[in-house]
Amino acid sequence: MNESQVTPMSAPVNPGTALVTARERALAVLGGEPDDQTLGRYLHGIPGVDAVGLEQRAAALGTRSIKTTSKRWALDKIISLIDLTTLEGADTPGKVRSLVAKAMNPDPADPTVPRVAAVCVYGDMVPFAIEALGAAHGDPDDGLISVAAVATAFPSGRSSLEIKLADTAEAVAAGADEIDMVIDRGAFLAGRYGEVFDQIAAVKEACRRPDGTSASLKVILETGELVTYDNVRRASWLAILAGGDFIKTSTGKVAPAATLPVTLLMLEVVRDWHRLTGHRVGVKPAGGIRSSKDAIKYLVTVAETVGEEWLVPHLFRFGASSLLNDVLLQRQKMTSGHYSGADYVTID
Amino acid sequence: MSFLDYAPAPESRAILSLRDSYGLFIDGEFVDGRGTPFQTISPSSEERIAMIANANEADIDDAVAAARRAYDRVWSKMSGRDRGKYLFRIARLVQERARELAVAESLDNGKPIKESRDVDVPLVAAWFFYYAGWADKLDHAGLGADPRSLGVAAQVIPWNFPLLMLAWKIAPALAAGNTVVLKPAETTPLTALIFAEILQQADLPAGVVNIVTGAGDTGAALVAHEGVDKVAFTGSTAVGRAIAKQIAGTDKRATLELGGKAANIVFDDAPIDQAIEGIVNGIFFNQGHVCCAGSRLLVQENIHDEVVERLKTRLSTLRLGDPLDKNTDIGAINSREQLDRIRALSDAGVEEGAERWSVPCEIPENGFWYAPTIFTNVQTSSRIAREEIFGPVLSVLTFRTPQEAIAKANNTPYGLSAGIWTDKGSRILAVADQLRAGVIWANTFNRFDPSSPFGGYKESGYGREGGRHGLAAYLSPAPIGRSAAQVTAGRSGAQRRIEGADASAEASASKPKPRARRAGAAKKGAAK
Repeated sequence: MNESQVTPMSAPVNPGTALVTARERALAVLGGEPDDQTLGRYLHGIPGVDAVGLEQRAAALGTRSIKTTSKRWALDKIISLIDLTTLEGADTPGKVRSLVAKAMNPDPADPTVPRVAAVCVYGDMVPFAIEALGAAHGDPDDGLISVAAVATAFPSGRSSLEIKLADTAEAVAAGADEIDMVIDRGAFLAGRYGEVFDQIAAVKEACRRPDGTSASLKVILETGELVTYDNVRRASWLAILAGGDFIKTSTGKVAPAATLPVTLLMLEVVRDWHRLTGHRVGVKPAGGIRSSKDAIKYLVTVAETVGEEWLVPHLFRFGASSLLNDVLLQRQKMTSGHYSGADYVTID
Repeated sequence: MSFLDYAPAPESRAILSLRDSYGLFIDGEFVDGRGTPFQTISPSSEERIAMIANANEADIDDAVAAARRAYDRVWSKMSGRDRGKYLFRIARLVQERARELAVAESLDNGKPIKESRDVDVPLVAAWFFYYAGWADKLDHAGLGADPRSLGVAAQVIPWNFPLLMLAWKIAPALAAGNTVVLKPAETTPLTALIFAEILQQADLPAGVVNIVTGAGDTGAALVAHEGVDKVAFTGSTAVGRAIAKQIAGTDKRATLELGGKAANIVFDDAPIDQAIEGIVNGIFFNQGHVCCAGSRLLVQENIHDEVVERLKTRLSTLRLGDPLDKNTDIGAINSREQLDRIRALSDAGVEEGAERWSVPCEIPENGFWYAPTIFTNVQTSSRIAREEIFGPVLSVLTFRTPQEAIAKANNTPYGLSAGIWTDKGSRILAVADQLRAGVIWANTFNRFDPSSPFGGYKESGYGREGGRHGLAAYLSPAPIGRSAAQVTAGRSGAQRRIEGADASAEASASKPKPRARRAGAAKKGAAK
C-alpha cells in the first residue's frame, strides 16, 4: 500500500539508486545496519520535544472554529476515516456481524451517510467480518470497507516472535486487509531498538500474501506506556524506519490512549519523514476519541500539520467505536436543525 | 472546496451595545470634553465605531482635581482590605463581561478575536485579581512596614494591548492606594470607556479612576500637570524620552516601559517544532505590535536553512483576515500611520540587501494589513535589525557560538526581552545570565503573568510592572519612625538594581530629609 514514488533523499543515499523496499530506505537514512547502536545514535540525534510547547500548539489547534459547510464536510470525512472497532474478549460472530452492518449503513434513516473505512477486530473474527461484508469488502479508497485485524499478541505484545508472526500470518490468510500490530514496549524502553525494528520488519514480511501483495501494517506504539513525548517521537521514527505503513497511538486498553498532543507529534514525524524521503506514512489515533468536537480537532491538526492530502483512508484513521454515533447525531442535527437523542442512532 | 478554507466563523457583534459618542470619565461620570471630538475606527474595515471626546487642559485639570479629591477624602483613607474588595469586584465584572470586552477590543484594535478572547481579557482579569490580593498586604511589598501611596498617578498607555495595558497600570496603582487619571491611546479608546462603565457597575468611589481620551497633546498635558505625583507610561522610546525630559526636576516619579528589539536565540539542539511555534508566536502574535516581540531571530548557522524552510511552511498556514473571525491568526495593523512605518522599514530592509519573503495571502480591500514577512540575509548593521518595526516582520540573523549569540543579542540600544531555545538547561541559565534584557523566556515566548515583573534595560525604559516590583512602583517607604538609611539598607542589592533609577533617585532624595519628598504633596493635603 502507498509505495508512492520515492524522491532522492537528503540523507546519505547511493546516488542513482531507486529505493523501493522499506529496508533499503531505512539503511539509506540510517547509514548503516539497523542494530541497537546505529538506531540508538539516530533516534537520540533527533531534536527533543518540549512538552509545554507541544501541548500549547495542540491546544491552539483545538480552538479552530469549524462551522456550517466546513463542519458538514468534516463530519462526513470523519465517518469515512473511522476504523469501527470491537476488541473484547466477549466478541462473537454475532457481535461482529452487527458491527459490520453498522459499518455499511451507519444511519438507516439517511442513505447519504458515507461508510466507515474499516472494521477492526481480533484475528479470529476476520472470517466473520469478511463474510458479513460480502461485496462491500474492499479498499476504502473505492468506497468499500476493509477488514483490520489486531495481531502480535495484542494488546501486550508479550509473546515470542514466532507466535506474533503466526498470529499475523493467520489473520492475513483469513483475508485481513490491514494488520494492527503492537511494538514490544519492554524492548523499546530497555533500549533494544534493533529488536523492535526486526520484529516490525518481520511482521511486515508476514503481511505478505502468496500473490505478492501485502496487507497494510499499522504499528501501535502504545504511547500511554511510552509516557514521554521524546519516547513517542523515537518510537514513531523507529516504526516508520522498520516499514510500518501507519503509526498508531494506542491499543485502547491502556490509559491515556490517543491525545491530541501525541497525535500532533506523530503527524510531525510523518511530515518530516515525507520531507526526507518523499514517502507517505499514515497516522491512526485510537482510543478515547468519542465526540465529533474532538474528532474535528484531529482533522484540523492533520490538515494544518501534514496537509489536507492526508485526510484520506490510506493516510489517516480514527480507531473508535462510540465516536460514530456522536458524529451521526451531529449530522442529524445539521440536517434537521434540532438535536435528536441516543435512541435515534443505532447501537451495533 | 478545501477544508483549510474554513467556513467563516465570526464572533457576533450583537453583544456590544456601543454608544454613538463617548465623553470623558471624570469623577465617576461621563462628561463632555472641551476639545474637538474625534472618531475611532475599526482598522480592519475603516468603519467608524464611535465619536470620542477630546480632553483639553481644562478637562485634565478637572480630572486631576477629581483624582486628588478622591485620594484625600476616600481612597487613601480606605483600608487595604476594602480597596481589595473593589479590585476583586472589578476583576469579576471583567470576567462577566469578557466576551463583550474581547469583541470591542478586536473591533477597535484589529487584533484577532482568539487573542483578545484567550489572552488579553483573561490576563486583564488576572491582573486585577492578583493586585486585589496585594491591597491588604502592602507591608510585605518589600518597602518595610506601612509603605505609603504616592498620590495621583498619571498613566498613558499604548494601542497594542489597550485593555491589558490599562489593567497593568490601574490595578497596582489602586491596590497601593493611589488614584488614577488614565489616557488610552487615540486609536483604541473603546475598551477603556467600557471599562469605565464597569467601574460604575462596581460602585468604585467617584474620582478614584478617571479616563481622559485624546491624542498626544492630551497625554503631554496630563503628564505635565503639577497635581500629578507619579507618571507611568508605556509606548515609544521617543515619547518616553520626551516625558523624562518633561518631568525632570520635578518630584514626579516615573515608570517608563518603552520599545524593544528582542533577540530570539535558537540553538541547534532546540526542540525544533516548538521553537518554530515560539518564533511565530514571538513575532506574529498581535501582528507584531508587541514591545517585547522577538523581532530579531538569532539562529545558529548550522540549522539556519532548515529553520527558515520550516518557518515558511508554518507561516503559510497562518490565516490573515477579519479580526472577529474565530479562525483568524493575523488581524489588521492598528492604523495607517503604523502601516506606513512598517512598509517604510521593510522597504529599507530590501534596499539594504536583505531578502524579503511574505506569506502569499489575500489582503482585504479595506483596512490596514501587512502580510507576515521574514527577512533573511540580514546583517547586524541593517536598519531592520536595529530599529523597532512594531509589525509582523521578522529579521533572521545567524550566530556560530553562544558567545556570538549573546554579543549580537545585547548589541542593541534596547533591552526589554529575549528568548532562548535549547534542550540544555545549563545553557539556558548561562546565556540568560549574560543577556541584558528585562524578561528572558526559555523555550517559550510572549508569556505573561501578573506575578512576574516586566520591564526593560537601556532604552527600553525603567521601572517594573507586574509582581511585587510593580506594586513598589506605586509606593514609597513609611516616612516616619524609621530612618531612610535603615530602609535603604534593608533592601537587597538585587532589588535596588531592578528598581533602577526609581529606587536610587528616591534613596538619595529622601536620605537627608525623609519627609522632604512629600513636602509638595503636603501642600496638596496628601501627607498623612
